[in-house]
Amino acid sequence: MHPPFSVIFLTTLIGAGQGLFLALFAAQCYTRLENIPQQTGAFYAYGSILALTLLTGGLIASFFHLGHPERAWRSATQWRTSWLSREVIVLPLFMLMVFIYGTLHFFGINPPIHATVAIPKGGLTIIVGVIGIITCFALFICTGMIYACLKFLQEWHTPLTPINYTLFGIASGFSLAAVYTHVQQSPLLGFMTLWAIIFTVFAFFTRGASLIRNYRLKHKSNLTTAIGVRHNQIQQKAQGAMGGSFNTREFFHGKTAMFFKSVKWIFLVLVFPVPIALLSLGLTNQHMLILFVLAFVLQYLGLIAERWFFFAQAKHPQNLYYQTI
Amino acid sequence: MTQLALVIDLNVCVGCHACVTSCKQWNTSGSAGTMCDDNPYAAEPTGTFFNRVQTFEVGTFPDTETVHFPKSCLHCEDPPCVPVCPTGASYKRKEDGIVLVDYDKCIGCGYCSWACPYGARELDEHEKVMKKCTLCVDRIYDKDLPEQERKPACVMSCPTSARLFGDVHDPDSEVSVAIREKGGYALMPEWGTLPANHYLPRQKTKLHIHDDKLTRVDNPLKKEGRLSTDEDGPFLEDVTTW
Repeated sequence: MHPPFSVIFLTTLIGAGQGLFLALFAAQCYTRLENIPQQTGAFYAYGSILALTLLTGGLIASFFHLGHPERAWRSATQWRTSWLSREVIVLPLFMLMVFIYGTLHFFGINPPIHATVAIPKGGLTIIVGVIGIITCFALFICTGMIYACLKFLQEWHTPLTPINYTLFGIASGFSLAAVYTHVQQSPLLGFMTLWAIIFTVFAFFTRGASLIRNYRLKHKSNLTTAIGVRHNQIQQKAQGAMGGSFNTREFFHGKTAMFFKSVKWIFLVLVFPVPIALLSLGLTNQHMLILFVLAFVLQYLGLIAERWFFFAQAKHPQNLYYQTI
Repeated sequence: MTQLALVIDLNVCVGCHACVTSCKQWNTSGSAGTMCDDNPYAAEPTGTFFNRVQTFEVGTFPDTETVHFPKSCLHCEDPPCVPVCPTGASYKRKEDGIVLVDYDKCIGCGYCSWACPYGARELDEHEKVMKKCTLCVDRIYDKDLPEQERKPACVMSCPTSARLFGDVHDPDSEVSVAIREKGGYALMPEWGTLPANHYLPRQKTKLHIHDDKLTRVDNPLKKEGRLSTDEDGPFLEDVTTW
């Protein structure tokens, strides 16, 4: 597939935004349960603004993918069958929850909810946060399922796809939360850093699993099933278009095998070992902001490469009809 | 239930591209708007087509044969491109099974083209909407046309009648009979899309001549004396004159 940068930025930006919101809410629960000094409402409010900025950035990027952005509202109508339509509904819903969560914290509105015994010392923000978490995970699932539901794109058609989207989002969100807590001089820096490392390690295992899976993948379609001629030796002599077509541009990444391989190693280095090393260093040198900033920025750049590779690796069966690109 | 479809006879197709040009001519002149056509006479001509003819060479030289392969939307009975559409612009008509795109609803996200394993959908790079074969839906029901012309433009133009058009759910239709009697097959059956369009395989007519038809085993004229046999009855060779 041809990697569309609009979608690459959409998925990486909203992933980091979702992860950041998860980190903020996890921090709120953690401070309540562990009797760590409460963070100010502004801490959560500004964090929510940061998450909303990322989500808005992703949303804007997604519009560049559309031929007719002015009709985008229509894409919310087919939620019964289309994961894309579901994402279109859940993304603004999640942004609304983050907005409400941030606003409640900013104005310090947190009336206790006595009915909820299960959440100790919980207030309205906890309830809003829990709804936010639910929509957040729904959004991860929608984003991943857009790709995983296409059964003949066999590289994507696996539960590992939504799992990877989720873990990458959470890992980058916690990395960003580490930077944010550092800037805010919050005692939660160690908490954020540790969980950023843990989620990055988890993502390493699941992405590694999908890489191994795709390496061993056997494609169901071949030229014989594509044109229905049973022969081992079939050569394409004409593709039906001299100057290329939508089919030759949309479904091929158009880069050399060397470039493709390089991107894989770039993301494998930038997403996993580099941030883990930087964040581990940061755990012992908590005063060095640059470590945390580098960890997040390099991991995010790595995730862009990862997403590029995710698209480029998928071999669409229609490519069988275009043998000589 | 009706399912209109094309049946393409690879045995007859000569790869002349008449279906491609007539399809483009009809559909670019229609009410749905033009199909883009960039650099038509320059080095890199490109544009939107609903139908393309590809050519494959099967076998190794000198034992090869050429297969011309016309390729358009197969109007699947279970089209994977329809449920993924977020706007409902892609739909399959209940009355005749044609898969269509509502160009006024399409947002041009391209997701349906990812969901089609055959690459039958093309995004019009000028109008920014997804386009595909309509089975000439604006032709086949047009009461202003004489009845024998109410067929897709590609079927009308094919000089070798390699393209048949009809209802594949009607067992007695021309297309159903052709599929049944000439071994019509669907493309990429492994995905369960149940393409309505079928292809008829290439067939070679062969004359089988065995050696004993060229040389008689018991040629009596070349051999003197009676044939050694134990039976008493008269043989064909005894009663016929050569």
